Amino acid sequence: MFGKLTWDAIPFDEPIPLVTSLVVILAVVGTGIWVWRKGWWPALWHGYITSTDHKKIGIMYIVLALLMLVRGFADAIMMRAQQSLAIGASQGYLPPDHYNQIFSAHGTIMIFFVAMPFVIGFMNFAVPLQLGVRDVAFPTMNNVSFWLTASGALLVNLSLFIGEFARTGWLAFPPLSEKEFSPGVGVDYYLVALQISGVGTLLTGVNFVTTILKTRAPGMSYLRMPVFCWTSLASNLLIIAAFPVLTVTLALLMLDRYLGFHFFTNDGGGNSMLYMNLIWVWGHPEVYILVLPAFGIFSEVAATFSGKPLFGYRSMVFATLAICIISFCVWLHHFFTMGAGANVNAIFGIASMIIGIPTGVKIYNWLFTMYGGRVRFNVPMYYLIGFMLTFVLGGLTGVLLAIPAVDFLVHNSLFLVAHFHHVIIGGVVFAIMAGYTYWFPKAFGFTLDERLGKAIFWCWFIGFHLAFMPLYVLGFWGATRRMQHIPDASWAPWLNVAFFGAAIIGLGIALTVVQLLYSIKTRDQRRDVTGDPWDGRTLEWLTLSPPPHYNFAVLPDVHGEEAYWTRKQTAIKEDRLIDEPNYQPIEMPIDTPTGVICALFASICGFAVIWHIWWLAILGLIGAFAIFVWYAWQDEHEHIIPVDEVRENARERRRIRMEHLHSLSQST
Amino acid sequence: MVPRSRAGLRFLGGKTGLLAGLAVPLAACNRGILDPVGPVGGAEKTILINSTAIMLAIIIPTMLATVAFAWWFRRGNNKAEYRPDWEYSGAIEMVVWGIPVLTIMLLGGITWISSHDLEPSKPLDSPVKPLTVEVVSLDWKWLFIYPDQGVATVNQLVVPAGTPLNLKLTSATVWNSFFVPQFGSMIYTMPRMTTRLNLQADRQGIYDGLSSHFSGDGFPGMQFKAHVVPPEQFAAWANGARSNGLALDAKSYADLSKPSSYVKPMTYGTVTPGLFNAIATKGGPPPLPPVPPATEQGG
Repeated sequence: MFGKLTWDAIPFDEPIPLVTSLVVILAVVGTGIWVWRKGWWPALWHGYITSTDHKKIGIMYIVLALLMLVRGFADAIMMRAQQSLAIGASQGYLPPDHYNQIFSAHGTIMIFFVAMPFVIGFMNFAVPLQLGVRDVAFPTMNNVSFWLTASGALLVNLSLFIGEFARTGWLAFPPLSEKEFSPGVGVDYYLVALQISGVGTLLTGVNFVTTILKTRAPGMSYLRMPVFCWTSLASNLLIIAAFPVLTVTLALLMLDRYLGFHFFTNDGGGNSMLYMNLIWVWGHPEVYILVLPAFGIFSEVAATFSGKPLFGYRSMVFATLAICIISFCVWLHHFFTMGAGANVNAIFGIASMIIGIPTGVKIYNWLFTMYGGRVRFNVPMYYLIGFMLTFVLGGLTGVLLAIPAVDFLVHNSLFLVAHFHHVIIGGVVFAIMAGYTYWFPKAFGFTLDERLGKAIFWCWFIGFHLAFMPLYVLGFWGATRRMQHIPDASWAPWLNVAFFGAAIIGLGIALTVVQLLYSIKTRDQRRDVTGDPWDGRTLEWLTLSPPPHYNFAVLPDVHGEEAYWTRKQTAIKEDRLIDEPNYQPIEMPIDTPTGVICALFASICGFAVIWHIWWLAILGLIGAFAIFVWYAWQDEHEHIIPVDEVRENARERRRIRMEHLHSLSQST
Repeated sequence: MVPRSRAGLRFLGGKTGLLAGLAVPLAACNRGILDPVGPVGGAEKTILINSTAIMLAIIIPTMLATVAFAWWFRRGNNKAEYRPDWEYSGAIEMVVWGIPVLTIMLLGGITWISSHDLEPSKPLDSPVKPLTVEVVSLDWKWLFIYPDQGVATVNQLVVPAGTPLNLKLTSATVWNSFFVPQFGSMIYTMPRMTTRLNLQADRQGIYDGLSSHFSGDGFPGMQFKAHVVPPEQFAAWANGARSNGLALDAKSYADLSKPSSYVKPMTYGTVTPGLFNAIATKGGPPPLPPVPPATEQGG
């Protein structure tokens, strides 16, 4: 009846996962009751959960990412504590089977359920606004994408309480991840969760490529798009090209595990090297799926806070597309030590370095964006400068790893661990924090507290360096990754410094929560009444904060590269806005529970597959399909916003804009 | 896991006394890849340092310029000229593309040459006849077979100083990676496949070795020691091992291949010929020993 699921799956004898699970369950139930007693459920249901508004979906992605960041960080600090304790004779407080689950979960969660939702969340929130349109190309599918991602996150976290997670690392290399060596449900949790969320990500890719290629405001030609839109386009093209590879690779491993196939097994003609190649054919572009939008965010920040256009816009676009293409030609640098031969290694090594050229150009372009500018040191600018200082060194160690002869010494070592945290924290996380601060007022109508924001920056900046610079040193000493026990007692001081650094990052994350609560409490002092708190240059700052559901009463007519800046300067010079257009009623997509119900059934199906409860898996599959059939039979997918409402809102916005322009022209 | 490592206790009786004597003056020193003891590690360290220096020459000025530009052009510094529309300069574009292109051309050349010079499967240039060692990663320990000497060791690699090592590597279970940081290059051990690695150690001593590819619960216990001894001492050691050691045949291999971790070093005096090939091609020695349930419980 219940397949492999028995009471043994609940970790009654392991206090850490048991207590954590109970606390999480209590917190979720408690929050639910609190929301219900406040009477916020209808607002939450209609305003967010079932919303097809790209801005609301973007916010949901970022909330998911923030929650998962806490989970992923808890794993990180547990690992650092274990490595500080389990030295020499001591075995620490985590046995191998638990420690191995933690580092596997940390990597999986941080990439798939923190970095990806953050980046996709920003794309959701900002891309349609920057393009000057009202929504993405497929709004309902967008909601489905989000909930499928959340479904994957749910399954990964469920493994804490029911069963176990994979003990095979975040990429689950066979043959270790095959049934022979990992008979438990851990790898199945990993596979099923990533398959479900992978579908969501692929749909996002399709959605955004269509949106950027097909729905732009009048006059918004390709070479007038903000760089964040360009990097989002590149990132989503990579998603479309790379995620099917991941889906197929994981599907092959599932066939091995569930039906006794022999794709990657030791026996029966299987070949585990094939998996290594396939997973990195997805895995390397994945790095650029994350970092290209990060570059986009920094490009926006650099131009806005320097008070001048981005230096070398066209070369920035070219560099982005160059990275997009080359990132598909370098996957082998993840396993030079497989012994593929000198020519193969050298060619992939050089291809990897070539990515350093467009990346280097980007760094110089941001540098020269500041040159001749009037740089305002708001929080996003701190992150930009912190990023530029950090990322170049991360790039240096990256190029070192791209030299096969050097990689033979430091592959899989803590040097490697330090390198990819260097570029992911220094690149992606810094960009995420910059973007979070930058777009927060647009989303909620008030800015985040600046002083706490700077404190958070310093926590990340100092914490990162303390946590990962020692790992470079340990890598030189021959320390490899994923060690539940440290053999050499002389490494202890460095590991302790790393633990201390991680604790400072933890303080930064805690302060992020404090900053959010404090900023909400004191929001009336920091209202963004103008819709343009940073003196912005792109179209999202043209509309109000928060924008109406339909974003723009009339799609803006774009002239020149910096659509909003050009319009703003003209208006200031002429001391008037453009003539009031002829407002029309606006057709917007209605809310739909399709996504959340589909994801509910997908979660049930996934859970059933993990535990071999086949009848439930079939029910889940039918349910997930049925909701789409139901949706397809609906007659109404849009509602009309009457022209009077549009006109009234637009006139109010014009009045506010006029005041804002006056204050701007007086200040300059 | 801790209970599994008990299985390793059965092998504690290995003959290590002979080595203990010559090891006393050489305390285990581990300064990792920055203190190489052979030509491979030495060449790789040089490339590491030179490449770092080349890149730092570009990166440090860039970092300084970042801070300097941001500070000089801060709002409120009236001495800095504000050029709100300056967004393009052909000359600067050429420089910002030129610098990375030249750097990468230089490093690309280093990469091409060094990849060929230091290709792990390429035999080292040396008048000394190389020593062949067959390396097998097991759950979770290392088996070293010396086909020419007819002996084998577990978690202890004994090699003559100044002699090229010709390593053939495979895995009996999952992937691992053979790595002695002070020797140089690491390489994967993979089931049903043979990789090749050529190394050499010139300085006598005892060096740390490890698996550098995660392989499961007993992974951190896959440490071993690499003993570099004078050639004549190596010959004496091999002779001693032949007379004193256990036999590595299908049965003892079946015992050895049971999962265990933190296994103490041990020595086999005889080895069934063709064992390595059997592991590398079929996953075990022919014929594969039957595994009756009683033995499994006993193990």
